[in-house]
Amino acid sequence: MRIALFATCIVDAMYPRTAQATVAILERLGHTVVFPAGQACCGQMHVNSGYFKEALPVVANHVRAFDTEDYDVAVAPSGSCVASVKHQHGMVAKRCGEDALAARAAVVGAKTYELSQLLVDVLGVTDAAAQLGSHFPHTVTYHPSCHGMRLLKLGDRQLDLLKTVGGIEVRELPEADQCCGFGGTFSMKNADVSTAMLEDKTANICGTGASLCSGGDASCLMHIGGGLSRQGSAVGTLHFAEILAATLENPAHIAGDVQLAGRK
Amino acid sequence: MSGTFLGMPTLPVFGHGNLNATEPFPTAARSELANPQLRANLGHATHTIRDKRLRVVAELPDWEELRDAGSAIKENVMANLPALLEQFEANFTARGGVIHWARDAGEANAIVTDLIRATGETEVVKVKSMATQEIGLNEHLEEQGIAAFETDLAELIVQLDHDKPSHILVPAIHKNRSQVREIFLREMPVVDPELTDEPAKLAEAARKHLRAKFLSAKVAVSGANFGLADSGTLAVVESEGNGRMCLTLPETLITVMGIEKLLPSWADLEVFMQLLPRSSTGERMNPYTSVWTGVTPGDGPQNVHLVLLDNGRSAALADEMGRSALHCIRCSACMNVCPVYERTGGHAYGSTYPGPIGAILSPLLTGIKSEENNSLPYASSLCGACYDACPVKINIPEILVHLRAEDVDSKRSATKVPTQMDLMMKGASWAFSSGRNLGLLEKGLPLGKLAAGKKRKITKLPGIVAGWTQSRDIPAPPSQSFRQWWAKEHQEANHDGGTSTNPAATKGDA
Repeated sequence: MRIALFATCIVDAMYPRTAQATVAILERLGHTVVFPAGQACCGQMHVNSGYFKEALPVVANHVRAFDTEDYDVAVAPSGSCVASVKHQHGMVAKRCGEDALAARAAVVGAKTYELSQLLVDVLGVTDAAAQLGSHFPHTVTYHPSCHGMRLLKLGDRQLDLLKTVGGIEVRELPEADQCCGFGGTFSMKNADVSTAMLEDKTANICGTGASLCSGGDASCLMHIGGGLSRQGSAVGTLHFAEILAATLENPAHIAGDVQLAGRK
Repeated sequence: MSGTFLGMPTLPVFGHGNLNATEPFPTAARSELANPQLRANLGHATHTIRDKRLRVVAELPDWEELRDAGSAIKENVMANLPALLEQFEANFTARGGVIHWARDAGEANAIVTDLIRATGETEVVKVKSMATQEIGLNEHLEEQGIAAFETDLAELIVQLDHDKPSHILVPAIHKNRSQVREIFLREMPVVDPELTDEPAKLAEAARKHLRAKFLSAKVAVSGANFGLADSGTLAVVESEGNGRMCLTLPETLITVMGIEKLLPSWADLEVFMQLLPRSSTGERMNPYTSVWTGVTPGDGPQNVHLVLLDNGRSAALADEMGRSALHCIRCSACMNVCPVYERTGGHAYGSTYPGPIGAILSPLLTGIKSEENNSLPYASSLCGACYDACPVKINIPEILVHLRAEDVDSKRSATKVPTQMDLMMKGASWAFSSGRNLGLLEKGLPLGKLAAGKKRKITKLPGIVAGWTQSRDIPAPPSQSFRQWWAKEHQEANHDGGTSTNPAATKGDA
């Protein structure tokens, strides 16, 4: 299968290893990965902040990048960005009077999958150790991000994949379905409420005794990881794609204190 | 301008009354967050109701179908509201009731005051009602020399404490029982000084306090959960039976109901009587459902009035994206599951309608340009828990985003000095509207890495982004972006597309 990778802006710029891991997993399964070079961002920061006019060129760019490329399916290591591509692009285009763009966006949206959705529903991955050689000898807890859980209805796909990684110990996160408090510009506009939500999330994470918290959205993980770092916690965050990509021969980069992100 | 009434009022007519925040949400939230007692009370109460709701909802195999039915019935009502209202009026009048139409809070308050005055009474008992909270009826009546006594236990607690409700179903959710005991001891004219904070004892004290009012009241004021167009019937759903006392004992009954509360027929109640109790109190069935149709000679109130209230509802109905907010049946499930409400409580929202539904309903009723309410649509992380819990499937996150866009657009003008947020969004729009632009920007990643320094994190940023760094670090950026890594790995591919033919592209090194 020819799979187009939508890296998402935050992974592209801040967490390149998450995208590299996504490529590694898909190639290990024998698929060809392409990276449409025109891609940038899904535009949900603009949409969710009410800046539809500014979102329009971002949406148009994404649609252009992904409907001029030849591929079977597109994938992104993010529930939130995929939900934006699927649910927001058409709405923004229509509202700005761009009906033709809305129609093209619907076609791109229908071909776009979140990583665990693609792995489980399309590629039939049910056992990461057996099918991907995943090996990760660490204690991990898992936060299901809201948009993946509620807009894409991912259910336990990410968690179930993590549980099948060799050597891993997955600890259940209390109140897992509670939002971490990120919410894009909400974290700045309503910083106090966001912080109160984050404090409860990090307390629950630390209470599990896990050495890191995994999830499927780099933005939420940056939020949680940023909070843990500020609190002086040794617990870090890591995208589930990086855990799935880790093998005995090529372990994931989590030397010593688990870094926030992006460190060599 | 002459003082003569010249016909139609200016449209749209927006809502007035207790619908406005008094300060921006982030400011109000900050002071509420600083109250640990409030956080503890709210956390305990919302979690308890949340768990109960989940249990009783799970019992119904057709819960999702019920939600769809509730949503469809309400959509039908909104599409046919003018005709249904006329049908309701004809049937209510035919059964001996009197209909009054109120464009806004001021008109509704004046109508109710005149109706009470006509009875010669100066005291009324009240059934718990959101509509009368919304229009500020109690405050208005007090100014007119009429005392209104709340009979719902929680409303009574709030009224005795000279406080405001903070939840639409559990108005005193911000108080725990020892605080309730203190209020009773301080404010009740006759109370046992040995009163403990046992719930049963507190209920008994309230019962004694209210009994005298029930037996002497000649006038009651209520709201209504449903109005049935095909028969002119009204329904009130409650737990305590105090509403039943008010609805049956006095001679005069005045009900204030929002125009959106109609259902086409009796058969539609079947759906809502399953949805409402499970979603609100987490019960299979509520203890008291009172239903009345006009006047029954010799039984119950003989003077039956209904004030049909607009107060911004027509304006909300005119908003194609926002109108489904009018489907709300005031169950409060959305606030019980909301992580923002759970931490700030209801007072931070200012309006009678707090929580997720309030964050859309209040600005829809008052208009988003109402300065007091334009911070409400931002009072959400868009986590979507409210949408999942809503028994009539109001897509609250989508309407929040719609109202944010309305807010941003209402402030656009050529002469306006752009805010930091405007500038950030403009800059990001440029960066994110082409792969080349973002790639250019990413060439600066090593600079960010440098700025992060030896600690490899950024801990303080200026301006609006300071909100982030008040409690969160930002990791040092990587030395190259994924895009740069990919380009190096795939030199042979052209710069517009790029294909991976390299099976060894698994080194995972940034």
